[in-house]
Amino acid sequence: MIAQVADQPFVRWDWIVDHVDDIWAATWEHIVLTAIAVGVGFVISLALSMLALRHRRTYGPITWVTGILYTIPSLALFAFLVPITGLTTLTAEIGLVSYTLLILIRNIVAGIDGVPASVRESAVGMGYTRRRLFLEIELPLALPVIVAGIRIAAVTTIGLVTITALIGKGGLGFLILRGLNLFYSPVGTTQIVVGTVMSVLLAVAVDLSLVGAERAMTPWARSRHR
Amino acid sequence: MIDFLGDVVAWFLDPAHWLGSGGILGRTWEHVQISAFSTVAAALVALPPAIWMGHRRRGGIVAVAVVNIGRAIPSFAIIALALPISIRLGLGLGFWPTFLALFALALPPMFTNTYTGIAEVDPALVEAARGMGMTESQITTRVEIPVAAPVIVTAIRVSAVQVVATATLAALVAWGGLGRFIIDGFAIQDNVMVFAGGLLVAGLAIATELGFAAFERRFVPSTASRSTSEDLLADVTVAPQHG
Repeated sequence: MIAQVADQPFVRWDWIVDHVDDIWAATWEHIVLTAIAVGVGFVISLALSMLALRHRRTYGPITWVTGILYTIPSLALFAFLVPITGLTTLTAEIGLVSYTLLILIRNIVAGIDGVPASVRESAVGMGYTRRRLFLEIELPLALPVIVAGIRIAAVTTIGLVTITALIGKGGLGFLILRGLNLFYSPVGTTQIVVGTVMSVLLAVAVDLSLVGAERAMTPWARSRHR
Repeated sequence: MIDFLGDVVAWFLDPAHWLGSGGILGRTWEHVQISAFSTVAAALVALPPAIWMGHRRRGGIVAVAVVNIGRAIPSFAIIALALPISIRLGLGLGFWPTFLALFALALPPMFTNTYTGIAEVDPALVEAARGMGMTESQITTRVEIPVAAPVIVTAIRVSAVQVVATATLAALVAWGGLGRFIIDGFAIQDNVMVFAGGLLVAGLAIATELGFAAFERRFVPSTASRSTSEDLLADVTVAPQHG
């Protein structure tokens, strides 16, 4: 069986044409899993960053814990969760969210730290409350650094979603896993290639959209870009 | 939950789980072996061009593109692609597809971080070295590499940790490693083995990270402690001439 592999095509285009619906369904699941992970991750990161900014002493422990989470290989993290939460979307999302935290918190804190003290003092002098200072001055000025963090988190998450195929989810990772089980046949290699290419295209598309969104949200920075 | 953790402890206390070809010790050795091979091979291939391009301070766009593409390709996809490619090359299952995948995975961060480290060496230092009559290769080996050493070691650490993490997936392409406990555990629905495998994999990844950190503290002078160019040039001038 394996001896004949070399003569067979690596990609069977007719398989792709016949399975456009499957591929789209997998891509959509991939997008949903990624969006939930980055969205929830961002909310948690924003809360933890605000805590760290207000009470500096908490920043060390927060980055330490999220750093350990970040170092634990994803499959190991899923191995810890499966006995508790089973082969569910919840398991997948807990894992995916925990990988976004370190990246997002670092960038949110760095972005807000980068706001010039003079700007902050002017706002306080103009009578801005702490909440308005944060929402209307610090957050918008920190936006480029924060968006840079979201871009890395989103692209990383899109890659990690494929691994959730091993716990029964996976989006495009499901195609890759199914292809891996048929690696000796062109139908298998085709699915691996389709899963990989779509995943890379998705990462590039999301990254470019985030760049576009950042441009649209920071009109004052545009003149400096050119 | 307490019962479950008790079962996990019991699993670790069973000597049968430690010895033999499928035991913890054997699986750890397989994991470390393939990770080390792949990381060293990637360093040998990635560092020379990165150092050369960094020295010429050209190719920054390439460096950024390489790391972005590397990040966009899922490591799971790299492992999955490596299997049929390895079969077609006649290299078979197990070691080679895993090696190819981990090698490919380690290249981008190693290349880009090293390039950045060398390219960001203070130009005044390089000019001073040139003014002192150093040849280009002397500038690279005696100024740029020592100054960028902390960044280069970090580059290797980042890649190594990523390789150790991804080697967990090697079980999918018929290589062993600690991922076997997790993947086989999923297959036979043995949650105790899955959890124990998770602990072993996480432990090895964190140990790799801490090991490199300790190595850096011990052997790599931090740039901060010799940040002024005077200090550095003093070191350079004192350094004995070889050949």
